[in-house]
Amino acid sequence: MATFTLPKNSTVQPGQTYKAEAGATNVRSFKIYRWDPDTGENPRMDTYEIDLDKCGPMVLDALIKIKNETDSTLTFRRSCREGICGSCAMNIDGLNTLACLKPIEDVTGAVRINPLPHMPVVKDLVPDLSQIYAQLTSIQPWLKADTAPPPDSERLQSKEERAKLDGLWECILCFCCSTACPSYWWNGDRYLGPAVLLQAYRWIADSRDEYQGERLDQLQDPFRLYRCHTIMNCARTCPKGLNPAQAIGEIKVLLAEREG
Amino acid sequence: MTEHQSRLQTPLGRVRGAGSAKGGTHHWWMQRVTSLSLLPLMIWFAFSIAAKAGAPWEVMAEWIGRPVNAVLLIVLIAVGFYHTASGLQVVVEDYVRPERAVMLSNLAIKAVCVLLGLLAALSVLRLAI
Repeated sequence: MATFTLPKNSTVQPGQTYKAEAGATNVRSFKIYRWDPDTGENPRMDTYEIDLDKCGPMVLDALIKIKNETDSTLTFRRSCREGICGSCAMNIDGLNTLACLKPIEDVTGAVRINPLPHMPVVKDLVPDLSQIYAQLTSIQPWLKADTAPPPDSERLQSKEERAKLDGLWECILCFCCSTACPSYWWNGDRYLGPAVLLQAYRWIADSRDEYQGERLDQLQDPFRLYRCHTIMNCARTCPKGLNPAQAIGEIKVLLAEREG
Repeated sequence: MTEHQSRLQTPLGRVRGAGSAKGGTHHWWMQRVTSLSLLPLMIWFAFSIAAKAGAPWEVMAEWIGRPVNAVLLIVLIAVGFYHTASGLQVVVEDYVRPERAVMLSNLAIKAVCVLLGLLAALSVLRLAI
């Protein structure tokens, strides 16, 4: 059966509080999920008080400030700090998003930060993404064509053909959507999830690709594709404003049309 | 993490698993078709029954026995139970494990829906014929 409660060793305990430095006037609390695999202890929520007058505007700025100045053991992924690498995806104030694109001032009260939901945790805010990367690999996210490219130019697309990729190519694979999807929570071992299905459709919709039929064959499965029940959490949470549910719907329409 | 450590199969091997079932499209499509056809049928049924509220048995039996009503009722019963079975199948597939329990639950659901549907349809036919 699907599990609806956390196992005993995953229940979150109250943690320690790191006070803001004396004299700070613009103080905001950050309540951050902490778990260290080496201690054998349960996860806990630590509270860090930050002087926003001495901090950048985004949640990622606060995390970096905490790691630099207060607690160097705080672990999280980050790289580009401008919403293009997808590394700093986490659950902030109850919604999956990128810490680098989330302004602190958009959150009222304490800023609650958790790792992406329902993934195994490696440490603190770092989720184990090996399954979801394997799922991405399984849909072969690259151009597959038997016709050799023209010797002296690129494979060409008309403007109309290229326009079909808009809303798809922008995906940065942060996996905010897949980890926000209840269907992916319950059946992530067999359901591919919104991020991977959007990537699959990105290649199905590409006029230069010659393997649309094989790609559809691979997706035509009660679990891989049809676990999508149009819950729409994916579209709501996407930090890039994309709509994975629509891409999944297009795949379903293609499959139904192919049956005749 | 313990679940991961107890299985040394690679993530890609696990994800590919037994491969694609090459199915599910008919089930998905029939869910849409049945829900759309239930919309007018249920509206017709609800208004017809509400208009007969408090009517004696003879009046109801005569109403059900009319050919158009009997045919629509049997269609409603067939589509309704088909829709119920396919909807419950999705719930079972979502939440029940292991796979063998899923197969058994789905067979049981289909059996109950077929029996109830036949019972209801036969009841209509007895009044109609």
